Amino acid sequence: MTTRQSLSRWLVLGVLLVTSVYFLAPVWWLLVSSTKTNADLFSGNGFWFSRFALLDNVHQVFAQQGGIYWQWLANSALYAVGGATVSTLIAAMAGYALAKYRFRGRELTFNSILAAVLVPQPLLAVPLYLMFSQIHLVNTYWAVLLPSMVSPFGVYLARIYAGSSVPDEIIEAGRIDGAGEFRIFATIALRVMSPALVTIFLFQFVAIWTNYLLPVLMLANDHLQPVTVGIVGWQAQRGIGASAVPFNIVITAAAISAIPLVVLFLSLQRFWRSGLTAGSTK
Amino acid sequence: MTTALRERAAGRTRATGAARPGRRRRGRPVALFLAPFLVPFAALYLAPIGYTIYQSLFRMHRSGLGLTAPTQVFAGLSNYATALGDADFRGSLLRVLLIGLVQVPLMLLFALGLALLLDARTTLFKRFFRLAFFLPYALPGVVGAIMWSYLVAPGLSPISAAARHLGLHLALTSNAMLAPTIGNMLTWGWTGYNMLIIYSALQAIPAELSEAATMDGCSAFGIAWRIKVPLVRPALVLTTVFSIIGTAQLYNEPAILHNVAPNLPSTYTPIYAAYDAVNANNFNAAAAESVILALLAFVLSFGFLKLVQRRGGAL
Repeated sequence: MTTRQSLSRWLVLGVLLVTSVYFLAPVWWLLVSSTKTNADLFSGNGFWFSRFALLDNVHQVFAQQGGIYWQWLANSALYAVGGATVSTLIAAMAGYALAKYRFRGRELTFNSILAAVLVPQPLLAVPLYLMFSQIHLVNTYWAVLLPSMVSPFGVYLARIYAGSSVPDEIIEAGRIDGAGEFRIFATIALRVMSPALVTIFLFQFVAIWTNYLLPVLMLANDHLQPVTVGIVGWQAQRGIGASAVPFNIVITAAAISAIPLVVLFLSLQRFWRSGLTAGSTK
Repeated sequence: MTTALRERAAGRTRATGAARPGRRRRGRPVALFLAPFLVPFAALYLAPIGYTIYQSLFRMHRSGLGLTAPTQVFAGLSNYATALGDADFRGSLLRVLLIGLVQVPLMLLFALGLALLLDARTTLFKRFFRLAFFLPYALPGVVGAIMWSYLVAPGLSPISAAARHLGLHLALTSNAMLAPTIGNMLTWGWTGYNMLIIYSALQAIPAELSEAATMDGCSAFGIAWRIKVPLVRPALVLTTVFSIIGTAQLYNEPAILHNVAPNLPSTYTPIYAAYDAVNANNFNAAAAESVILALLAFVLSFGFLKLVQRRGGAL
């Protein structure tokens, strides 16, 4: 290797290292801060440890407001697992039908689903709130679960994947063997489509777990709220009388709520990338 | 054998496309497969859009004494006129437009640069860097926003503390710094996501192309600029459209920043302003503001697509 090549190699490494400091330092700050007492947050180096109070902080998070943090985590899990499961199944069926059957209005149906991917979600939340309040769904689990069950992006992914990976020959062979259309889908197509199903489930799970806008509008009762709404509520209560929530509790609660997603992300990296790639190859 | 099967299958596909007996038989399963998605889709996507447009054309009429319940009367486009005449709302539109014009190109250039560096043959520790850059996207947006709100909060900010050591006064939540602070939150949160989309497109480019260019004496920079960038154009267009739509719906970051920066007004972004109108029980105004914002986002993203398509023909 020439000196010029090795120089540029070190230069690139330097640039990438500085950039990763930009992306990682805030997360490092969050982790370090979750081990500090409230008083230590305001003194000393923000990026380094002082008295180690992580266990005490965790204990306080789960004790605050009568232990409601457990309920928030359980609610988030319910919304994310329930919504993602249903949306994955119905998206798989719709995507399969759009890929494997020809019928009038197929392209129109698919194009309107595709257009819906581009509709800004926050714009739907307000009218949904008003519609739900008229049929008394506001402040119930359904107010968040129902909208979470529809994933136009999931249908898009399912159609692309079914179109390229479920061979017509298999479907035809199933028909010759006398299997019904639904049986062919359930026993053959679903199995072939399973990698795409994991991707759809993952994206929808993350979208629901991180959603803030819809639940904050729909749920005034804090026993129904997911963890995102709960933590922001605590953050906003800072410094108001006896109900004030100290910074160390908000910071530790925020860090804990990110753990499930980081675990999902690290363990299912392959599926993340396939979902992102599908978006860019249309 | 397989050829025969394939031919038969192809024939069948053609037959189902035309009006043949097979078609009526398959009509029912298609409806059964689609209905579980289409019914909730119509109720939870299409209906709210129609409802918003409908509501934006009405207003609540209250009798002088307020003794009878308010009635809804047709208002034509007057809600739109009111919204556009409102200096706060116009200001919020202009603000996201400016944030978008500055932040989106900077972020996408940053993402493109990182993707090209990660794609270069000689780069070390690619796996680690890819994970590090993508990590912000794996955190819930609300957690990222809370974290940054404390990183810039007066009294708590380690960044301001470091600046103080250097003898500088840095107030990251002052009025002048609000837009750069929010722009930084967006860049931090979304660069990795965009980088990964561009990087995936780069990985799909055949290695022979770069090798041939190297043989012809093209530098690494030349390969990146003349061969790789034009080939990942679709990915760049896609990330730009997603970023435009994302900027139009800006809400979480300013709303959470407001908890540490009370000087941030509740009409900072259009969505924030629309929510403010909902909280004031003025849904008709919120509906008109939502429609204006949706139209603007649509015109900008669609206009961008048309622009690159026309340019694409010339290139």
